[in-house]
Amino acid sequence: MTTTEATARQTGRIGESAQRPDGTLKVTGEYAYASDLWHDDMVWGVTLRSPHPSARIRRIDVAEALTVPGVTAVLTADDVPGENAYGLEHADSPVLAADVVRYVGEPVALVAADHPETARRAAARIRVDYEVLPALTDPRRALDDDAPRVHPGGNLVRHQRLRRGDPDPTAPVVVSLDFCVGMQDQAFLGPESGLAVPAEDGGVDLYVATQWLHIDQRQVCLALGMPPEKVRLTLAGVGGAFGGREDLSVHVHACLLALRTGRPVKMSYGREESFYGHVHRHPATMTYEFGAERDGTLVYARAHVLLDGGAYASSTAAVVGNAGLLGLGPYRIPSVAVDAYGVFTNNPPCGAMRGFGCVQAAFAHEALMDELADAVGVDPVEIRRRNGLREGERTITGQAVDSPAPVAELLQRVADLPLPPPADTADIRSLPGAVGNTTHGEGVRRGVGYAVTMKNVGFSEGFDDYSTARVRLQVTGGEAVASVHTAAAEVGQGLVTVQQQIARTELGVERVVVVPADTTVGSAGSTSASRQTYVTGGAVQAACGAVRTAVLQRAAVALGLSPAALRLDGDKVVGSSGEVLADLAEVLGGDAVEETVEWRHRPTHAVDPETGQGDAHVQFAFSAHRAVVDVDVELGLVKVVALDTAQDVGKAINPDAVVGQIHGGSAQGMGLALMEEVVVTDGHVRNPSFTDYLLPTVLDVPPMRVEVLEYADPHAPYGVRGVGEPPTISSGPAVAAAVRAATGRPLRRVPIRPEHITGT
Amino acid sequence: MDFLQPSSWDDALAARAERPDALPIAGGTDVMVELNFDRRRPGALLDLTRVPELREWTLADGVVRLGAGVPYARVIGELGDRLPGLAMAARTVGSPQIRARGTVGGNLGSASPAGDAHPPLLAAGAQVELVSAARGARRVPVADFFAGVKRSVLEPDELIAAVLVPEAAGPQQYCKVGTRNAMVIAVSAFALALHPDRQEVGTGIGSAAPTPRRAPEAGQFLAGELNWAARTPLPETLAAEFGRRVADAASPIDDVRGSAAYRRHSLAVMARRAATWAWDDLRRAA
Amino acid sequence: MRVTTTVNGTERTADDVWPGESLLFLLRERLGLPGAKNACEQGECGSCTVYLDGEPVCACLVAAGQATGREVTTVEGLAEGGRLHPVQEAFVEAGAVQCGFCTPGLVVMASDLLERVPEPSDPEIREALAGNLCRCTGYEKILDAVRLAAARQAAR
Repeated sequence: MTTTEATARQTGRIGESAQRPDGTLKVTGEYAYASDLWHDDMVWGVTLRSPHPSARIRRIDVAEALTVPGVTAVLTADDVPGENAYGLEHADSPVLAADVVRYVGEPVALVAADHPETARRAAARIRVDYEVLPALTDPRRALDDDAPRVHPGGNLVRHQRLRRGDPDPTAPVVVSLDFCVGMQDQAFLGPESGLAVPAEDGGVDLYVATQWLHIDQRQVCLALGMPPEKVRLTLAGVGGAFGGREDLSVHVHACLLALRTGRPVKMSYGREESFYGHVHRHPATMTYEFGAERDGTLVYARAHVLLDGGAYASSTAAVVGNAGLLGLGPYRIPSVAVDAYGVFTNNPPCGAMRGFGCVQAAFAHEALMDELADAVGVDPVEIRRRNGLREGERTITGQAVDSPAPVAELLQRVADLPLPPPADTADIRSLPGAVGNTTHGEGVRRGVGYAVTMKNVGFSEGFDDYSTARVRLQVTGGEAVASVHTAAAEVGQGLVTVQQQIARTELGVERVVVVPADTTVGSAGSTSASRQTYVTGGAVQAACGAVRTAVLQRAAVALGLSPAALRLDGDKVVGSSGEVLADLAEVLGGDAVEETVEWRHRPTHAVDPETGQGDAHVQFAFSAHRAVVDVDVELGLVKVVALDTAQDVGKAINPDAVVGQIHGGSAQGMGLALMEEVVVTDGHVRNPSFTDYLLPTVLDVPPMRVEVLEYADPHAPYGVRGVGEPPTISSGPAVAAAVRAATGRPLRRVPIRPEHITGT
Repeated sequence: MDFLQPSSWDDALAARAERPDALPIAGGTDVMVELNFDRRRPGALLDLTRVPELREWTLADGVVRLGAGVPYARVIGELGDRLPGLAMAARTVGSPQIRARGTVGGNLGSASPAGDAHPPLLAAGAQVELVSAARGARRVPVADFFAGVKRSVLEPDELIAAVLVPEAAGPQQYCKVGTRNAMVIAVSAFALALHPDRQEVGTGIGSAAPTPRRAPEAGQFLAGELNWAARTPLPETLAAEFGRRVADAASPIDDVRGSAAYRRHSLAVMARRAATWAWDDLRRAA
Repeated sequence: MRVTTTVNGTERTADDVWPGESLLFLLRERLGLPGAKNACEQGECGSCTVYLDGEPVCACLVAAGQATGREVTTVEGLAEGGRLHPVQEAFVEAGAVQCGFCTPGLVVMASDLLERVPEPSDPEIREALAGNLCRCTGYEKILDAVRLAAARQAAR
């Protein structure tokens, strides 16, 4: 599936692997990412952050900082004109800490200066008098009566209960385990950056890398005390996101400085600050139990999931929802008891990351599935096939699965792929440790592991999940050109390509321009939850449909035919048998046809708070992985040899881009299984750098085969199913299973460190 | 901050003497990280990349005099046969971009316990040549060069001119454990050099003590047990005992990269394997 | 201080450079060449890879002053006469670009590899690109792109 056609394709309708419209700009270095922005007369903003996980601010003295030549502004909480609070679900994060700080890295003050070094030196001269308070850094203590309270309302963010079937089930075979997942970082390569430009109307224009312009705008307006028409956001080039740009970073800060100084302000985090500047994936502590018949058929499941939300709510409540409602995998389970908790601590805030609550749970339920396979004496593929959900069955929340759920087939597909040959011991690059030259084959054992997942697509639990598209068709340079305008954030996934493909398909034109995303058009919702091809794709399809109807109506009048007999194809108006009746350009003449559509998928519903039962989700997406690893069992070093995926994508709008998403998602899951962890001790991040937060390199990620299935979801535009997240969920557990298989060790924590394998 | 850019060795030494607050910079692979991450603000940078003498290596009397400014890429490309252990270590340094810039002299200057060049230099019995304008040159065995975590015996008015490394008289090995398969700072590292000419075993340990250090007792033990004359196979029990003694020579700590216990354990495994590979190489060469 | 250096064949001068500045900052913020990217600024990701006197280096680890009088080639200087460099072309066609933040560094590094090793094996490609992190693609299509560029180069 990874072969690439060698011919240039600047065109392409849905189902074709059209090339990215921004590809050439990106390979030549001309694509303008947020950190590339520059403005005449701009100054640089920097942030002073808390060194303490919990402290009271007695006093902040900025006088000395203001005397540094080149400094144009120094701001503290007192300078926030609107509400000093923001947040995705609860506005509980101060724009700048006022009376207390709740985590290491919390923003306390801002400096603007003519050079970043000037600003840093001035920030170092701000005197903050802290009274250090006891910190709550162990999430397992968060709900104890005597635990320090991170917020006045207590330390519980959300408790999701789920109860189904027999409240007191028994089974002949019972397996259980505890599992811990470390804190993962999105580690997008383009650091948080933005440019705020003060406007003549007293407002501000903000160019920023984000996942959802309109929710940013709402929060910035609140903090600035300004109406939306005064705070205009434009998407700057986004260097990856993966959930880490759902929350605000530089947004309000840059605007505050711009409005204070009257000059454009650029803020751009370095890598270390980036680790403090965005939320991470929640670390999880989990206890799971499965009861089954002697043939492995699941009878019941129990799970207790504790997620460390850190100091502020961010999207913890929704992540808890997912960890609870989807926390048992794609299995048919008659009786279920799940309790998922998200708690406040004085650790770094956690929130959205690709896979959103399902990633943590999958490590536990997939490890336990392998335990069950062992206990009943069947292989890991068979145990999952036997228990896998099928279309028409009900999930653990009682929701009927009303589109294909090919769990068993996905497993069979990966299981049927050929296995890689044995390691080439003559080339150390193919062995664990690689050029580290730690083995020439000694101690190397191979292991194979499987995992499968089910992920919700789109926003769940009754959220009004919509997108807005404005499509315009007009003649430019003698040709009909469609322009598509949405506020949807292209973060690398290729949504701009998808928008073009849909417009080409629906309007029969070749030339499609994707207008830069900004807040002059309605919200597109977030680029997250694997939802944009579905939801913004649906909006673009609908807007194109409205434009097409209007254009065909004009053509019908001109031609004296019924619009029902007409189609648009190849920049022409054609009849029912494809005969060309008119040039589209002629039909349009000097007019532009424009339609704006707000598009919603079918509604979802809140679940019952006591039982977790309800139709919470609009769509499920499924993937299965098989990992093959070589482990140097004496040194605990791992070389992943193969990481193959089978995934149902409903309809591949852009097959190459689909495969690219699956590759990338798989690599991120693998990273969490083997090396990626933000290590936090007593509230302090100990590895805020790419030297010690290890991302997989090209010598770590193996060749990956991808089997793409296209079983259309009848409820979704074109039958699409969200693609981005499932591979991040099932790849890590498959890798962990393979390492367990190679080593014979239980390995109940990820990332698996060498010392876990060696037992030292 | 000032930027000093001497174009000759004498000028560099003069600048060093005049500006004790200056931080020498060669490949920049350590210094620039400290500047970019706001860890260090020296009074001046002393750029050594324009000093031609530092970028040369010469061979005399079986000793390679490696200029402090020779980048790792050249060590790999030009000295793989003469200094195989150092070249193997150089191959594990960072990425190709880092190896194009980073230098052995810079590695010594930073004196990190995790510096990749240090274990093979220790195993080979190298010397560091330090020069000041006032007192001229002195040579320090690399084993005596390190004074503590990221500290060395380099005086404030001295620069590292070169490192003198005896040509390999026998097989050498370098092994480095990291938690990914490329671009990683050593969790632990071990270098071994067989000296069949004098029937000695050189050792070097990285990332497992406050400074890079040798495991002299382990080396003497193995050298005494090996059958240098007949070159009979290395018994597994002997290799394992050597590994244990190497591990005993370490005094590692727990940190974010690895536990002390794992560091000891991995050293034992690496030393056992390295000794076996090197001895097998020697037997094959016979 | 003043720094004068040749970038993409043109002599460029910047004044009031802070001596602690990197070549990366000089290029991006003073010379209007933001193609080299600022992802880690510690030599761990390769996003800022540029040629310095013909050798690929991390621009974040070169002090601006060290580039005085040297020849720098950035990703912006690879295309000639409006025609993409074969590696650039292959990256677009192979789908090796997602967010693209790693792309400029990878393009420079891959072009260097193919200059030195016209027909690299997969392990050679992997070792050569091991210093360039990509968070989006899992590297598969990047490898495809390098293979494609190598094959085209060999066919020429």
